[in-house]
Amino acid sequence: MAVRGAIEVNIESCKGCGVCVANCPVGTIALSRSVNGKGYNYSYMENPEKCTGCTNCAVVCPDTVITVYRVKI
Amino acid sequence: MNISDIIKPENKVYGKSGLLLDKEMHYCPGCSHGTIHKIIAETIDELDIQEQVIGVSPVGCAVLAYDYIDIDWQEAAHGRAPALATAIKRLYPEKYVFTYQGDGDLASIGTGEIIHTCNRGDSVTIIFVNNAIYGMTGGQMAPTTLEGMKTATTPQGRSHITSGFPMKITEMIALLPGVVYATRQSVDTPAAERKAKRSMIKAFKSQQLKKGTSFIEIVSTCNSGWKMTPVEANIWMRENMFPVFPPGDIKDETGF
Repeated sequence: MAVRGAIEVNIESCKGCGVCVANCPVGTIALSRSVNGKGYNYSYMENPEKCTGCTNCAVVCPDTVITVYRVKI
Repeated sequence: MNISDIIKPENKVYGKSGLLLDKEMHYCPGCSHGTIHKIIAETIDELDIQEQVIGVSPVGCAVLAYDYIDIDWQEAAHGRAPALATAIKRLYPEKYVFTYQGDGDLASIGTGEIIHTCNRGDSVTIIFVNNAIYGMTGGQMAPTTLEGMKTATTPQGRSHITSGFPMKITEMIALLPGVVYATRQSVDTPAAERKAKRSMIKAFKSQQLKKGTSFIEIVSTCNSGWKMTPVEANIWMRENMFPVFPPGDIKDETGF
């Protein structure tokens, strides 16, 4: 059964540490070129079609800014 | 399928624990403290003991932990958290009491308190965040600093001739009969983080047994103090800290 996932990032709370990028097994996440109110390059879904909703990014996020959604299709 | 079709409340699989308050943490980007706070919040959430938990946080980066986790907290003088936790546990034996201490606090100024609390075998949980450096004060040498590691006070690298060897507190206290559970974990990868959470749940549950102290060391990073990016710091930790501080259970007499 195929699954599709998506993440929602609380952009203003993200500190752009990049730990989620390093721990994403499918290369969905990247750091944005634009910055948030604090001047950090926040994380976002660069390749949303690859996301499986595995929750790895949210689990390692030190500031818990990522919420993960998953749906079976 | 559009992203808006996936992002719906009924499809949510992971989100912020209700125990973590909305206040943004003051920690540097990528700091392990945030991840460890999250594990504690999720553990308390899972065991459903929010009303029965008292945390003790002494001096260190985590001195403001009361702003982030929605439970009862008590501040302690530098290094004295285990002594205070003993007092709280004896006054309220039905409460779950834990301390949250860094390596500068627990392994340096608080060595006496931690050894004697573990020796008395008070049923409290000690969370020991070991990042091998004094993070809050600007990256000075801590007792756990690795040999050859450069810090503000050891610019040539730590040498055992002048500063001694890295202190293995968890191995030391595991020898004491008052300790029921001693483990060393890390939070650098999702797998390690999930394993650390299981250990945390076991440590809190072991307080019900009233058999002794449970001790969790979490090998963590201080990327500002180490002068690295968060991702580099995690790699450096795996390559350099794990040979000296290998993760795993050192003592487990909980029976579950």
